[in-house]
Amino acid sequence: MIRFDNVSKTLGGKTILDHVSFEIGKGEIFVIVGPSGVGKSVTLKHMVRLLTPDDGDIFVDDTEVTQLTGEALESVREKFGYLFQGGALLAWLTLAENVALPLLEKTDMPEELINSKVSETLALVGLESDADKRPDEISGGMRKRAGLARAIIRNPKIVLYDEPTSGLDPVTARTIDTLINDMRESLSMTSVVVTHDLHSALSIGTRIAMLHGGKIIELSTPDEFIRSERQEVRSFLESQFITKEGSWERKRK
Amino acid sequence: MITHEPHYYPPAQNLFGRIGRSVLSFCRDGGRAVMLFAQAVWSARFMFTPRSRREIVGQMFVFGIKSLGVITVVAVFTGMILALQTGIELARFNQEVNIGTAVMVSMLREMGPFMTGLILAACVGSAIAAQIGTMVVSEEVAALEIMSIDPVKFLVMPRLVAMAVMTPILSFYMCVMGVLGGGLVGKTQLGVAWGAYIENATRFAELKDLRVGLFKAFVFGVIVTIIACHEGFDAREGAVGVGKATRRAVITSFLLILIMGYFITRLFYIS
Repeated sequence: MIRFDNVSKTLGGKTILDHVSFEIGKGEIFVIVGPSGVGKSVTLKHMVRLLTPDDGDIFVDDTEVTQLTGEALESVREKFGYLFQGGALLAWLTLAENVALPLLEKTDMPEELINSKVSETLALVGLESDADKRPDEISGGMRKRAGLARAIIRNPKIVLYDEPTSGLDPVTARTIDTLINDMRESLSMTSVVVTHDLHSALSIGTRIAMLHGGKIIELSTPDEFIRSERQEVRSFLESQFITKEGSWERKRK
Repeated sequence: MITHEPHYYPPAQNLFGRIGRSVLSFCRDGGRAVMLFAQAVWSARFMFTPRSRREIVGQMFVFGIKSLGVITVVAVFTGMILALQTGIELARFNQEVNIGTAVMVSMLREMGPFMTGLILAACVGSAIAAQIGTMVVSEEVAALEIMSIDPVKFLVMPRLVAMAVMTPILSFYMCVMGVLGGGLVGKTQLGVAWGAYIENATRFAELKDLRVGLFKAFVFGVIVTIIACHEGFDAREGAVGVGKATRRAVITSFLLILIMGYFITRLFYIS
């Protein structure tokens, strides 16, 4: 579904991605983890060509996307929904208007159908009673859920999540995790999640990739990931109090 | 694509390197602004869709009606200052009755469009740059692009059309208020009767002055919008970047309004 072949990227004189290769299959929840600033969001932005690699190829459904422009790029982007870190909702529109935006702008659907689809999608993320509120009237978690509703309203094949649980309380974070899981099960969507929240990564991921020093140093299932012997992986796991047994108990010093 | 990657150049080694870097950066920004203008003009074919119409009318209200207060005050006092300054000199030759001509021609040819352009650059241009800059740093513009919604059509075109329509109207309004302000000073300070003032003001003003003034205002409106949108799209580094973009938008608009004002005057009045 998505394939990175030796992708490299330098930003501000610093190598962010250094010949990164991986493949994401249909229906997967592929989680990219790693400390801040290692290029997780950069990887995500390459998939929808918000960034162009300096070297290497990126395939989406066998279409090489790095040189696409115009309608060809549009048709690839239509396969994606993208949840940004802060939701990226337009401040002057209500939640319902934000969620309706892709349908209003890119389809010829009649207004009644759009309204019912918006209500249905907002209900899916638990925001049906907040449809008329503006983004500055709701909490960060609600903004993320509204961003998710906008991302999935056109039934994309692939949803990209950029730090979906960052800055959220644990209960709201788990709600978002549940939503991602439900979406995969009910709508068969492929998901790519970027996070540094390992609890979230382990609970939703079908595979986890860890980025470090511009390279993918670990690519495995959650069970294999927590048993990894790599020093960087171990210290990342331990920094979030996760032991080899997968216990989430706080490690006693 | 509107969202573009930040350019990185290694530090310049010497003065020539820094000058070369500045020239390159100037050319790149100029080229981008021209491209943005061309894209916005091309997108104007969608200006009659229901959403665009709503957006354009909304922007016209924000740019026009909400600027009326400040424009009225500036116009009246500009007219009053013009009348007072020219009236004091003309009174030495008992020609104060001619202040009407001086105020009318100055307002129509220069002061009306020029002051309107400056006010809109400060009030509206800064607001546009700040809004679009904030949208860029909070990834709202990137979100539009991923949804395949053209940010130029969605954000720039309605603002450009609204400003292109409203700036000449506001400029004309400023001329009217300026002439009234001049008449007020003529009546109260220089003893020029209203009738004589208006008769004098309309006798020597030509239709060409009005046309050139409105054309100038139109050009200034386009400049303010394109510069503000361009600087907004170029904003980086969070709130600091938005502040810098806003400052650059206002300064660049001021300079371009002055420079273009000179060239338009030269084009129409010196053959």
